[in-house]
Amino acid sequence: MNKIQIETAINGEVVEFLCEPQQSLLEVLRETLGRTGTKEGCATGDCGACSVLMDGRLVCACLVLAAETGGHAITTIEGIATDAGLHPIQQKFLEHAALQCGICTPGLIVATKALLEKHPEPDETTIRYWLAGNLCRCTGYDKIIRAVQDAARELAHPA
Amino acid sequence: MGGFSYAAPGSVDEVVTLLGEHARAGRRAQVLAGGTDLLVQMRGVDRTPRTIVDIKGVAETGTLRLDGAEIFIGAAIPSAVLNDHAELAALFPGLLESADLIGSTQIQGRASLGGNLCNASPAGDTIPALIATGARTVIAGPAGRRELPVEDFVVGVGRNALAAGEFLVGLKLARPAPGTADAYLRFTPRTEMDIAVAGCGVSVTLDTNGVCTAARIGIGAVAPRALLVPAAGQALVGTRIDDAALAAAGAACSAAASPITDKRGTADYRRTIIAVLCRRAAATARDRARGAGA
Repeated sequence: MNKIQIETAINGEVVEFLCEPQQSLLEVLRETLGRTGTKEGCATGDCGACSVLMDGRLVCACLVLAAETGGHAITTIEGIATDAGLHPIQQKFLEHAALQCGICTPGLIVATKALLEKHPEPDETTIRYWLAGNLCRCTGYDKIIRAVQDAARELAHPA
Repeated sequence: MGGFSYAAPGSVDEVVTLLGEHARAGRRAQVLAGGTDLLVQMRGVDRTPRTIVDIKGVAETGTLRLDGAEIFIGAAIPSAVLNDHAELAALFPGLLESADLIGSTQIQGRASLGGNLCNASPAGDTIPALIATGARTVIAGPAGRRELPVEDFVVGVGRNALAAGEFLVGLKLARPAPGTADAYLRFTPRTEMDIAVAGCGVSVTLDTNGVCTAARIGIGAVAPRALLVPAAGQALVGTRIDDAALAAAGAACSAAASPITDKRGTADYRRTIIAVLCRRAAATARDRARGAGA
């Protein structure tokens, strides 16, 4: 097996790993690097559970080859909270009970972060279209939308 | 599973050399752009080992050039990058409508026009939209470069015109003449995250009196490959794109369609709805063209 050596930045930290040519970023994050916050739902790009940021752009980690990530910057769910505590998006998901089983939650939080960086005060339609690639089979989405709206308000107009 | 390898050449020549070596040795190589089709296929229907040739390291495949009479769109530019580009959106609103319909925000962060075209799905949304704009493919291979109109690039279901050792570098589009605008419309049961039951791309040019002087219409998901429908375009030329002209163009699209019946729709339904999509997309293109200098 011809393993490839890759150096990339994950949540601001330089990380080196070996991967196989056909391995996805998702496999390497979870199985090689033990960063299991990023979830595997479908592994075909349909569910968004593995959403991460690559150079600031929202992508599915299951549809990126690990071998492609050399020299790029990856942000995962583990990079959202700070030492000071939860990110406001995470806090609002808790307050609004915008999760039940939790498998979709890391992807939704990462996708919401990307949304609010691009559209700080999105209307409901914008939120729903942006998050259309993040499937949740528990909540029915309304609590998620309310959490995102509340997080947007707090980030745009801090108390 | 052994036998996979990954290569990221830095130039067009290196890609062509690598593809050529594989072709001569009878080894499989496949070009990777955004990977949103390729990686899914590699885990599902087509698991055979191969060399994955990532072309994103080739600067030209990521180049967007808007100065000059000819616009160039690199084959591997993610659609999210294109959709964020206000100047490109002003030139080709219909093309970007088609790119913006494909997949989720996450998919659009990776998926490219070049990939959608090479994947050659009958339902690929950008293909009829590209046909409407008159886009040409720029192909690099062992014999140098060649160009092919988009309508001749897709040759069948999942099959394109690339020969062994060739790859798609990008797309060339003529800068729209004054009074020109495009539009793309598809039908899906859902508003998002779905695959076209039928789709229609239209580009029209109006003179200062509002009379149509040129029109190109592409249809998708109603034949084994997306088609240019010259008769539909001809039905608009010389008219003010009134209801009678729209009806004639729509009828020409229905006549050109050879749809199948599948879980997304019956052949009869597709043949009917492609006329509706054509009429509506052409009316949108006309209204946009009126605002674009006509």
